[in-house]
Amino acid sequence: MNKYLTLLILSFGMVLVSACGDSRIHSHGVYMLVDTSGTYAQEMNKASKIVNYLLATLNPGDSLAVAKVETRSFTEKDIIAKVTFDKRPSQATSQKRRFKNNIEVFAKHVKGSAYTDITGGLIQGAEYLNETKAGIKTIVVFSDMQQELGKGTIRDFPIRLDGIRIVALNVTKLGTDNVDPRRYLDRLAQWEAVVRKAGATDWVVVNDLENNIESILTTR
Amino acid sequence: MTTWNSWLFWPNSVALSVLALAVLAMLFLYAARKPMHGVIHSVCALLSQSTRFIARWLFLCADNLKLRNQSVLLAHGQESEATVIDREFERVSDMIRKDMHEFPAFQRKMMEEATRIEDDYHKCGEVPPPPPEWVGALKSVAQIKTGGDIPRKLLEDINKSIQKIHDQTVAEFRRSYEERHKILKAMQPSWRSVEKLIGEMEKKMVTLQTNAKQIDGHMGKLEGIRAKDNKTEHALTVSGFVQLAISSLVMMIALGGAFINYKLIALPMSEMVGASDYITNSLKTSDVAALVIILMEASMGLFLLESLRITQLFPRIASMDDRMRQRLMFASLIFLIILAAIESSLALMRDILVSDKVSLMRDLASAAPPASDGLLTSIPMIGQMIMGFVLPFALAFVAIPLESAVYSMRTVLGVFLVQAMRGLGFLLRFTGLLLKRLPKVLELAYDVLIVIPLMIERWVIGMRAGSMGAGNTEDKELPKLRRAA
Repeated sequence: MNKYLTLLILSFGMVLVSACGDSRIHSHGVYMLVDTSGTYAQEMNKASKIVNYLLATLNPGDSLAVAKVETRSFTEKDIIAKVTFDKRPSQATSQKRRFKNNIEVFAKHVKGSAYTDITGGLIQGAEYLNETKAGIKTIVVFSDMQQELGKGTIRDFPIRLDGIRIVALNVTKLGTDNVDPRRYLDRLAQWEAVVRKAGATDWVVVNDLENNIESILTTR
Repeated sequence: MTTWNSWLFWPNSVALSVLALAVLAMLFLYAARKPMHGVIHSVCALLSQSTRFIARWLFLCADNLKLRNQSVLLAHGQESEATVIDREFERVSDMIRKDMHEFPAFQRKMMEEATRIEDDYHKCGEVPPPPPEWVGALKSVAQIKTGGDIPRKLLEDINKSIQKIHDQTVAEFRRSYEERHKILKAMQPSWRSVEKLIGEMEKKMVTLQTNAKQIDGHMGKLEGIRAKDNKTEHALTVSGFVQLAISSLVMMIALGGAFINYKLIALPMSEMVGASDYITNSLKTSDVAALVIILMEASMGLFLLESLRITQLFPRIASMDDRMRQRLMFASLIFLIILAAIESSLALMRDILVSDKVSLMRDLASAAPPASDGLLTSIPMIGQMIMGFVLPFALAFVAIPLESAVYSMRTVLGVFLVQAMRGLGFLLRFTGLLLKRLPKVLELAYDVLIVIPLMIERWVIGMRAGSMGAGNTEDKELPKLRRAA
């Protein structure tokens, strides 16, 4: 009987140990770029709500980073907060609380930048997401998608966004767009062409944040 | 189109080419008529015989299977009936032992009561002393011949004395009757006690009689099983179906309980084994771990009931010596209690996790926390904990319907298999019959395709027969030519 019980305990242990598969394939990695240039810095409240939505939706084991779009955004210094949530739900909840606080602090003291380097932010985001080895990768760009590069900033080269989904959020119309809507449409079409050429799996534009916020993340 | 054209002799005149092809085909088919008929016959005969052979084999297998099912069913029925009879005998034996143990006391009590009643009866029979024989004395006084005052006075005195004694005697008589009544009244409890004792004995006798009748019924069934009569077999088969239906229903209910149990511990298990670990694309490790816990509980329950000899799925456990079996029983019970405790704590953890998540969601939505009701809010948590502790024990009893389902499933599957084999056998036999008749139809269909050459053949034969002239010769030659054709 002792032999039988030992066998039973061992088999139970083996089931638990063998159950630990590769979790990264199923995890979600999200990198959110927040435009802080010019008048767009005033949209920070909306950005906070988006971050809150992401925190509410992401699960243990997922990764989230929020970075600002600066004059030159290809740097880790622009990352406001980043986290890979713990596998344990209780720990993940604590991490989410801390993350929310960090974003709130940033939102209170946000400073507008002179230029908007979206491409640099995308490259940085792709690098971060590839490092996380997440199964589903998403870059959320909270911006009007009007790129303005500072003097000496070089971004006219092919970039790689293989396997990454790009979501443009709250793409507001500029004053000039109202004069000639083709500018707005061309801008979006141009970005779509760029990201698709870079290997992005999808390009989604979400402007109605009240009703269409679920489109930010794909279902597993 | 090119392929089609390549078949045409003259691509420009399709109709002519098709006609030429048809003529050629007809000629070929006419030439191959005899071998083709032979092929049709052979193939159909082969298929017909094969299907008939397989059908026969299936019927044979079905009969064998039915016999096997019957023997298994009867053996199982016999075993069950024997167990039931054993149990009934044990019950009767217990009853008799218990009652026999009580019988001396009963008897003693009844004897005492009877003695008391007899004594009382004797006491009732005692009569007061008869009055003195004054009548004789009076006669003697009356015979005195000398009159005077002396006899009169004497008689008056005697009269007075008689009156006095009469009064005393009547009083004594009344007192005596009063005493007898008292004795009779005192006898009442004894009578009642005797009546009660007799009632109890009668009740026990009736129970014993009922048990005896039940044993008779079971013995009748057992005799039927041993005699292998169809009625008993049919009854056992129906019983198998009913048992399977009932145990399936109970198991479905248990499955519902297991599902609730699973829901209760799946979330907190993610705290132990990680929420983001997957075994397959859609199978979470935490879900599997929760399922394993539930299955472990069911297994422990099964071992517990096995070691208690309530179920007998594992003959090895049933045949263990009592000491070993007791050890196994305690081990299973301890494991079950541990698992129930784990589940209860997981239920608590689930409540904490859910509350934490709700609180986070509220923070993220910047909503105000709801007013706490103290005890009311803790009721679900307490309920979950109790459910977490109780459900494993409830789940343990699933072993009983499981055993019933396992045993009755053999009967039900056996019956279905026999019916399926017979059905298939009938279908194959019918197909064989069709295949037996099919060659004639195919032959006729084949002849329809070459109807023109056949007509020519018939005409040629007729012509030849005509040219040969003479009647008898014609009669003899015509069949020969036809056969040759």
